[in-house]
Amino acid sequence: MDLSVTQAEEFSHRSADLRRRTRWREQVIQGFLFVCGAISILTTVGIVYELSRESLAFFATRQWENTNKPLAQDVAPDDGVLVVGTAGRPLEQGDLLRFGLQGQEILRVLEVSGTAVRVERGLDGNQPEAMRQGIQLYSANEVTLLAFLTGTRWAPHSGSFGVLPLVNATLMTTAIAMLVALPLGLSVAIFLSEYATRRARGAIKPVLEVLAGVPTVVYGYFALTYMTPVLRSIFGEGIVQIYNTASAGLVMGILILPLVSSMSEDALSAVPRSLRDAAYGLGATRWETATKVVVPAALSGITAAFIIGISRAIGETMIVAIAAGAGPAFTFNPFEAAETMTGHIVRISGGDLSYDSVDYNSIFAIGLLLFLMTFSLNLISQRVVRRFREVYE
Amino acid sequence: MSRRPAGPTHVEAQELADILTWRHRWSRIWRVVLPASTIVGILALTALLYNVSNQSFGYIAVENEVDPQSLAIAGVPLGELPKSRLVAILQDNISEGLYRRLEHDQPFDQRSREDVLDLVHERVVNPEVVASWTLHESLLARDRIEADMARQFPAAHLEFRSWVDLDFLRSQQSPNPQITGVRPAILGSLWTILITIAFAFPIGVGAAIYLEEYADDNRLNRLIQTNINNLAGVPSIIYGILGLAVFVRALEPITSGTAFGLADPTTANGRTILSAGMTLALLILPLIIINAQEAIRAVPGSLRQASYGLGGTKWQTIWSHVLPNALPGILTGTILAVSRAIGETAPLVVVGASTFIAIDPSSPFSKFTTLPIQIFQWTARPQNVFRNTAAAAIIVLLVLLLTLNASAILLRNRFSSRSN
Repeated sequence: MDLSVTQAEEFSHRSADLRRRTRWREQVIQGFLFVCGAISILTTVGIVYELSRESLAFFATRQWENTNKPLAQDVAPDDGVLVVGTAGRPLEQGDLLRFGLQGQEILRVLEVSGTAVRVERGLDGNQPEAMRQGIQLYSANEVTLLAFLTGTRWAPHSGSFGVLPLVNATLMTTAIAMLVALPLGLSVAIFLSEYATRRARGAIKPVLEVLAGVPTVVYGYFALTYMTPVLRSIFGEGIVQIYNTASAGLVMGILILPLVSSMSEDALSAVPRSLRDAAYGLGATRWETATKVVVPAALSGITAAFIIGISRAIGETMIVAIAAGAGPAFTFNPFEAAETMTGHIVRISGGDLSYDSVDYNSIFAIGLLLFLMTFSLNLISQRVVRRFREVYE
Repeated sequence: MSRRPAGPTHVEAQELADILTWRHRWSRIWRVVLPASTIVGILALTALLYNVSNQSFGYIAVENEVDPQSLAIAGVPLGELPKSRLVAILQDNISEGLYRRLEHDQPFDQRSREDVLDLVHERVVNPEVVASWTLHESLLARDRIEADMARQFPAAHLEFRSWVDLDFLRSQQSPNPQITGVRPAILGSLWTILITIAFAFPIGVGAAIYLEEYADDNRLNRLIQTNINNLAGVPSIIYGILGLAVFVRALEPITSGTAFGLADPTTANGRTILSAGMTLALLILPLIIINAQEAIRAVPGSLRQASYGLGGTKWQTIWSHVLPNALPGILTGTILAVSRAIGETAPLVVVGASTFIAIDPSSPFSKFTTLPIQIFQWTARPQNVFRNTAAAAIIVLLVLLLTLNASAILLRNRFSSRSN
């Protein structure tokens, strides 16, 4: 009896304690799960931080270019005036100079009078050096944002940093890809949502899924070994180069087609049945219902699909790296080789890239531009969906 | 006053009928045009598969440096000679330095007869592919191929070659397309994917649980959700650049293994399997999270209520009710994300895949190459023969992906039949 009383007491004591307790285990788990979610934020922060940091380094680096102007006399560490030869590119006030590529010291030209150049020695805390005559002077090119965005020649090792040839090639392959993907993708979407029987859908959808699942490197191989020969046999080998933006763009269009069609189809299927029934009731044909009622109603979703398609095409890498050509070229001819932004990044980083070299930093500058382009396109597409969506019921 | 006619006049009715015919015809035209555009997609897929298999099989012209029949001794063909004779042939035909090096790698006493026979084939007979033809040509234009060969390579013999075979799967990389293989690439792909899954799966599912079960509707959590959707749209090469800056460079002591004293002597820098796997993990994380969220959202709320009603804590409810029910969906999504990672090339090139690997990867700190990287490198070679090996590697990759996707579909079907 005693025993059962104590048991009962114990039980009542235990059950009486209904205060809220902190469950440490639950707290720790919740904390861990939050960290998992926050890693995505860290990824974004990491992308933005690293791209900006190295891009800043890119815009702050000095590229040394040989002026071919030799020293005419030996220079002592305390000389304020250099005597230079007449050969080479003339120096200008404000130029930053170095004695050859071995020289550590950086000098600034204060005044040029004939062959005598008055300089400020030992800039940036470098020690003035003694130099022998005959050493050629190098002058510094600094990469400016303006030159980067507007220059039409990309050759980082000889001081040309115009990113336009790369951007131009990217836009060309994207435009060609969208010329294929937009009409075809929209047609497929309209067909699937308005015309196709259940069986036709069952046959076509897997094909599209397979097309979307083929790795891009395989598409690159396809572009180079199939599409290019086909183009060459149609237009002539003299006109179509082995590497060209047209074949890369066409194949990229096939890659993007499933994306555009599936997003557009989702938008079309979201249009309520009552709208179609109303159109049919007024005597519209199937085609009229599709183009005059359903497509306009789903326009925001279709537009978003197009924009996402463009963004995907801009960021697409392997097809252009394999088939579009290796070497920046500023051309509007789709049958000529031209390197895109992504293709350039792949080619440059293919070897053992040494850190803090011009190439290393330029990857980040191009990457930042690429990121900004695709990111803003993605934001615009989200805006479009939110702003212009027709809400039914 | 004349009364207005109740219906259209005869002329108007005729016009209407004309327009109606025209409208119906127009609709019928599009009825044909629209499916035609889907056929373009099917044609493209067919052309792609045709192209790959066309390049993977076909006749090749092989020129031997030394005719194997001239190596036969007293009527015994090369393939049946005893080991001692083979070693003698080897000694006679290769330079002394090379012989000593082979002896140094592994003494001939300890090598098997097959091994020595392989060496004789590789070093003495030294077959070289001088020309290759596509499957299409091989099947339909055998006469022309033979004529071409007689004219251009009289010393060569013709053989039918399937570029993808067991030896191709088992062999190491080699500059000689005849004997090269994808063994290090397959192993590299598997290692990389293991690391990717090890990081991406727990973190991805954890984030999905947080967002679906714990997160209140506040600014921070909305930011996380938007951010995940945006990350899914970032080009893969950007992840490669991030991996290069963070994993390869900043975390070099960890990713190269020096921090643990495990550095692989062949690398000793951050361009390792670990860096590659973590980069791919970041890449597929948004996909895993979004898919897992959908799976968790599909678990009916009544299950949660039942668990709470029995006094289960939040985590007990999630662990024993929500997760088991969402698991098939989560796994399907993960498999799809992983098959995307297996096919990725661009980020791994940027992270620093090796161009040539002589030994198998043995740890997360080894140098790496993967199947897509191997395909890319062979495709980028100027020699046409490597197009054939690239096509063979593509077949291996596609079979691998098909297997994965088929298992995802099976999983999905089992899941949907069980819930019905």
